[in-house]
Amino acid sequence: MSTVVDTHHEHDDHHDHKPTGIKRWLFTTNHKDIGSLYLLFSFLMFFAGGTMALVIRAELFQPGMQIVDPHFFNQMTTMHGLIMVFGAVMPAFTGLANWMIPMMIGAPDMALPRMNNWSFWILPFAFIIMLSSMLMPGGGPAFGWTFYAPLSTTYSTDSTALFVFAIHIMGISSIMGAINVIVTIMNMRAPGMTYMRMPLFVWTWFITAFLLIAVMPVLAGVVTMVLTDKYFATSFFDAAGGGDPVLFQHLFWFFGHPEVYIMILPSFGIVSAIIPAFARKPLFGYASMVYATAAIAGLSFLVWAHHMFTTGMPVFASLFFMYMTMLIAVPTGVKIFNWVSTMWRGSMTFEPPMLFALAFVILFTIGGFSGIMLAITPVDFQYHDTYFVVAHFHYVLVSGAVFSIMAAAYYWLPKWSGFMPDEGLAKLHFWCSVISVNILFFPMHFVGLAGMPRRIPDYALQFADINAIVSVGAFLFGFSQLIFLAVVVKCMAKKGQAAVAKPWEGAEGLEWDVPSPAPYHTFDTPPKIEAPIR
Amino acid sequence: MKARLYRVLTAALVLFVMPAAFAESLQINLPRGATEVSNSVYSLHMYVFLVCVIIGVIVFAAMFWSIIRHRKSRGAEPAKFHDNVRVEIAWTVIPFLILIAMAWPATSLLLDMDDTDDSDLTVLITGSQWRWDYEYFDYDVQYRSSMATMRDQVYANLPKGENYLLEVDRPLVIPTNRKVRLLITSDDVIHSWWVPEFAIKKDANPGYINEAWTRVDEPGIYRGQCAELCGRDHAFMPIVVIALEPDDFEEWATNEETRLAEEREEEERLLSMQMTMDELMTLGESVYNAQCAACHQPNGQGVPGVFPALAGEGVSVDSDGLNDHIDTVANGVQGTAMQAYRDQLSMRELAAVITYERNAWQNDTGDEVQAADIHNYIQGDN
Repeated sequence: MSTVVDTHHEHDDHHDHKPTGIKRWLFTTNHKDIGSLYLLFSFLMFFAGGTMALVIRAELFQPGMQIVDPHFFNQMTTMHGLIMVFGAVMPAFTGLANWMIPMMIGAPDMALPRMNNWSFWILPFAFIIMLSSMLMPGGGPAFGWTFYAPLSTTYSTDSTALFVFAIHIMGISSIMGAINVIVTIMNMRAPGMTYMRMPLFVWTWFITAFLLIAVMPVLAGVVTMVLTDKYFATSFFDAAGGGDPVLFQHLFWFFGHPEVYIMILPSFGIVSAIIPAFARKPLFGYASMVYATAAIAGLSFLVWAHHMFTTGMPVFASLFFMYMTMLIAVPTGVKIFNWVSTMWRGSMTFEPPMLFALAFVILFTIGGFSGIMLAITPVDFQYHDTYFVVAHFHYVLVSGAVFSIMAAAYYWLPKWSGFMPDEGLAKLHFWCSVISVNILFFPMHFVGLAGMPRRIPDYALQFADINAIVSVGAFLFGFSQLIFLAVVVKCMAKKGQAAVAKPWEGAEGLEWDVPSPAPYHTFDTPPKIEAPIR
Repeated sequence: MKARLYRVLTAALVLFVMPAAFAESLQINLPRGATEVSNSVYSLHMYVFLVCVIIGVIVFAAMFWSIIRHRKSRGAEPAKFHDNVRVEIAWTVIPFLILIAMAWPATSLLLDMDDTDDSDLTVLITGSQWRWDYEYFDYDVQYRSSMATMRDQVYANLPKGENYLLEVDRPLVIPTNRKVRLLITSDDVIHSWWVPEFAIKKDANPGYINEAWTRVDEPGIYRGQCAELCGRDHAFMPIVVIALEPDDFEEWATNEETRLAEEREEEERLLSMQMTMDELMTLGESVYNAQCAACHQPNGQGVPGVFPALAGEGVSVDSDGLNDHIDTVANGVQGTAMQAYRDQLSMRELAAVITYERNAWQNDTGDEVQAADIHNYIQGDN
């Protein structure tokens, strides 16, 4: 193994030299610092996007327009989506990757530390640009996070230019992050850490990174085409100039569908680490987990047009995309069966990370079921663009991706901060979240089936009762997250019970061999892996 | 038998999930709808849903069994197994077979829904921000359908009627028991024409035409709305379809042809008539509120950066700008949301709304525009 590490040189002194104050954070090339920055940024964006969701739900509490103007409402739905996808979920996963991947594979840092610094630090600027566009005359983007042309071209305001620029920066950041993950995993594994010995979180991120590299350029291409259609008289999406508005959707969803797996594959890795730890039993079907992840990633490139069944595609194209989409249920099912089998005849305890992981398995599966229903083209005509879809993707993204991020935070906070998350508060956070998230999203299935379209600021009277329930759930869920904030702040303030190196009895992996909190530099000397860590 | 089983299971599930009091008064499932296709869609939906519920019950039962029985606090000792090839093959193959059992009926239904041949009647549906135009191919009938709910019910908390946001001034009328082919397109952004009881949702793409068809069994009123985000008033773009017995439909269509023809003759005749300022302003205000206020706002202030203001600025207060003003309203502005109204409004209505815009909100240019002026402008324009 030819790594940059000199294996013959023993240092016991880890040289925790680092600049202090703002300089430490601005100029840092340390994977742990950068991981923390990503996670804190994501937390901030989670609250920003959440506040926008509460504006939406406040307006929808009862029929009629009471609080905001429909145009502002559209800005809220657009910004909420963009911030949660690009600002909250993706940076959270990149933060986890930065913190955990080097420690999990026994590497001293990420392979490209300076690029790592840059890929984080351009992000805040992207979001400042995007958010500030809301101060322009006519407000910010109001065409939905999917920015379908020509609503985003001919019919949009000038904030579109800022939106495009911001998306470009976010894309560059993601691509650099993905390159770093791939290079690190391919080159910096400790001796004996073969591919099939890597923890699943590393595997799922490895595959996610390839997805990012494949589709972020497509997103960059499509936003550029929006820009040139709007400002430079091209007609990619304008039939009057020989273009086609549906072309936009093909390009967008060719990015967009792999994107939704980008937001869930790392979750699979997290859950695959946590469930064995608290079931005190090795993960069932490690190899099939790896293959299933790869299969899902491969299929994700062949299903994009299931977002477009109503656009008037040729019927055989619809059939192809229906079959491919249904096929995704097979590898996804394998994963769920593997998790349940891991629990089977284990010796389970229910600390906060496990609670969130279990809720993930159940609620993500519910989101998977509605996904199968949505795949069935003739029925999708009824579900498409209704609250049934909103319910579906919030089940997989909030009670799926976001719950897994919270599980990860509770699982690794002892390692990051050196202090145990307050168990009472964490459990309170869990129960408040898991109950309110279902009050929030479960009734959306019903109101969608009953015929309520998504992205409307006002609705017919028969939808009123369910919308009131949903809005109550939204506020409960939103305010429950303040408990999470309290737990995190408490750990960061170094309050509570100090954590030992391996605070969870059944946890496996190299990250638990280093002290808690993890020293500034870990694995200056690579560890030697003799047997699979599982 | 099968249908009854569906009903019982659904009811049980509903009662389990939501308090019974709610379930009775609320619609919480897809409508069965008014056509054979919509009934098939409903059955397929319930079938797929039930398969999912059954799988869910099995998976979650196994999971909760473990959670309850295999917990450390009960003294459970962890087993060591971590692979079982036979089980893994089984749970790869069985789901695959279940999927085929779902894809089969879905495929045949989709092929059926796609077959628009041998239709009895064709209607062209054109979406534009934020209304629908209907044009019959087999009759000389063409009109525009806009939301009829008053803005004060939306914005000022006036009591809301039973069909709040789902009522239009002029519904689409179709015959029952006839295959009606719908051609769907758009004048501006993408809209989506959706009537749940027909199980039709089809995007209206600018510059392209999509096809759909329906054969409605029972006469009745069916409501839907635009399903694709199309800008500010996306929520206010309802669809109402009235299905009439074929004879009644025939009578309606013939009457409508006559009425529209008379309207056109009347318009020709009125070209030579002068309207008073009061008449112009009254008619203009009602046209303005129906057609223009959604963007330019009832007070003429527009939405800064999005929709230009008409009060106190621009072409409406420019005393030399009358022709530009007529041109803007009649022909629209290329590349913006401002569409052409020359085919949507009568000469009288165009004259009235332009007069209104030039004199309302203290614009007070004093200009009176008559139908003949519009007629002359458009003639000269051609």
